Amino acid sequence: MKKIILALATSAAVLGFAAAASAQDKTKICFIYVGSKTDGGWTQAHDIGRQALQAEFGDKIETPFLESVPEGPDAERAIERMARSGCAAVFTTSFGFMDATVKVAEKFPDVKFEHATGFKSAPNVATYNSRFYEGRYIQGIIAAKMSQKGVAGYIASFPIPEVVMGINAFVHGAQSVNPDFKVKVIWANTWFDPGKEADAAKALIDQGVDILTQHTDTTAPMQVAAERGIKAFGQASDMIKAGPETQLTAIVDTWGAYYIKRTKAVLDGTWKSEQVWDGLKDGILTMAPYTNMPDDVKKLAEETEAKIRSGELHPFTGLIKKQDGSDWLADGAVSDDGTLLGMNFYIAGVDDQLPK
Amino acid sequence: MGIVEAILLTVITAATPLVLASIGELVTERSGVLNLGVEGMMVMGAAIAFAATQITGSPYIGILAGIAGGALFSLLFGFLTLTLVANQVATGLALTILGLGISGQIGEPYVGMSGTKLQPIVIPLLSDIPFLGPLLFKQDIIFYVSIALVIGVNWFLFKSRAGLKIRAIGDNHGSAHALGIHVIRTRYLAVMFGGACAGLAGAQLSLVYTPQWVENMSAGRGWIALALVVFASWRPWRVLAGGYLFGAVSISQLHAQAFGIGIPSQFLSALPYIATVVVLILISHNRRMTQINTPACLGKPFVPDR
Repeated sequence: MKKIILALATSAAVLGFAAAASAQDKTKICFIYVGSKTDGGWTQAHDIGRQALQAEFGDKIETPFLESVPEGPDAERAIERMARSGCAAVFTTSFGFMDATVKVAEKFPDVKFEHATGFKSAPNVATYNSRFYEGRYIQGIIAAKMSQKGVAGYIASFPIPEVVMGINAFVHGAQSVNPDFKVKVIWANTWFDPGKEADAAKALIDQGVDILTQHTDTTAPMQVAAERGIKAFGQASDMIKAGPETQLTAIVDTWGAYYIKRTKAVLDGTWKSEQVWDGLKDGILTMAPYTNMPDDVKKLAEETEAKIRSGELHPFTGLIKKQDGSDWLADGAVSDDGTLLGMNFYIAGVDDQLPK
Repeated sequence: MGIVEAILLTVITAATPLVLASIGELVTERSGVLNLGVEGMMVMGAAIAFAATQITGSPYIGILAGIAGGALFSLLFGFLTLTLVANQVATGLALTILGLGISGQIGEPYVGMSGTKLQPIVIPLLSDIPFLGPLLFKQDIIFYVSIALVIGVNWFLFKSRAGLKIRAIGDNHGSAHALGIHVIRTRYLAVMFGGACAGLAGAQLSLVYTPQWVENMSAGRGWIALALVVFASWRPWRVLAGGYLFGAVSISQLHAQAFGIGIPSQFLSALPYIATVVVLILISHNRRMTQINTPACLGKPFVPDR
């Protein structure tokens, strides 16, 4: 008898009844993280968003998550495991999960998928992203004001559009203040390796940069900057604890409001696939307090932020030429989102060759 | 301070944990036990050392705690594979996964804290030597210990009676047993030595390299250390050479990128692995010598006949 029940239960699960059954009590909103939820950066910001979501809906939902899921084939298995376990929606929170998310979504048409920072969508795959470049433009302006040598170091992760866009925004912001401003870029080829990030920071400082910014996930570069007595920008979370006298500001991801909005749509049955790209004005992205800088720099940063918020200023406004000297944006022209999301070129003034 | 000196200082920091973990695993493997749990023991050492330093305020107590933590954790491996004769490969892999999990739990209260950096010990007179002085004689204690361990292990394995016994067990545990050598007891000690060294390597990560705790902070260094042992064909000096070569190429590629020499960064990132493998294959090209150095009983279970 036991065996028969077991067999029935198994086949029910295979047919997808299990998902329907569990949806009746608590709706499962699931998360896939690329790092550990306490990395002090990118993943922690997502987890804070998840906690806000849980607090908002309380007993009505469950928010299971998988941490430290490597990008690649393992990601597909992890996402599929989540989908199979009866999740109503799965948020996959790293660019590298894009193909895996789309692939798993084909097999589970009733599950809603939300992929962060990617550009591939489907009827049940929405994408969401934050206009980090707005924050990086402000950082560029601060860097150009604060640097004595006119050279900043940039620790980049992988040559994907998101990161390239950040470098361009930073350089464009800096050169709006100091047209001769230079940026040295190191590609760490990892999101998360404190040791390697620290090594990259040391290499940049040894080569004479006096401002550091990073597009990797841990606070190690901030710590090195503090030790060597230069200034730096935090990434994804407020990293002020790692460098109380070092951090100028940080781009702080605040995903909570978005997670709440989308979960509400899942519960109401009004969810549909969208490509959301919010910025400073929507509150998905905030700047950590402007610290360790003179008042006039702080004022300039705040004014720039206000202008971006109000829509008066778009960081990618012409005249901007590409690195090879060809035209990109005419004077006063504003970049369309498509170009930014697929950005695979440097703008003029970046002192690095883009890895292909 | 010149750029070369700056680069070399960073190389030393990057190479020390690799050398430490490798030299420990080398002794374990010389006794015929393959412990793939280096990554797990290393990350345990990092978490325990950081926690102990935060609690007591002394990084030296942190170091001792990291060593003890690594050794105790390896004891679990020893019990499973030596006493219960479980499969060494599977147990080692499990040890890594377990270590990553437990260390996350231990380290959770300390995430985001800036740690106490272990201060260098300046050796008088020697540290005044131009160029070499600041590099070699103004370092933290873990660096000095790592060099001493390589010298010590080399002497121990090839010049001492106890070292001869370890190698005998690794090459033929049946004969060693017949000669009255305590195979299991000796292997326990070798496994614990490996664990202690991996724990010390972990302490270096969370107290010197990046004085903080983040989950999974070893980021694959345990696996590199394991590979170094094989490519060094179980010779202590080659472990030292391999570790420093790997560190040197890793750091140089970062500098090459910052200089903007225009070689694709993906290739540069792979370079440390390529260079280390090529060089270590070249220095161990003599196949007969390699075979002599390979512990013949590596990974094989030993059940004494009663």
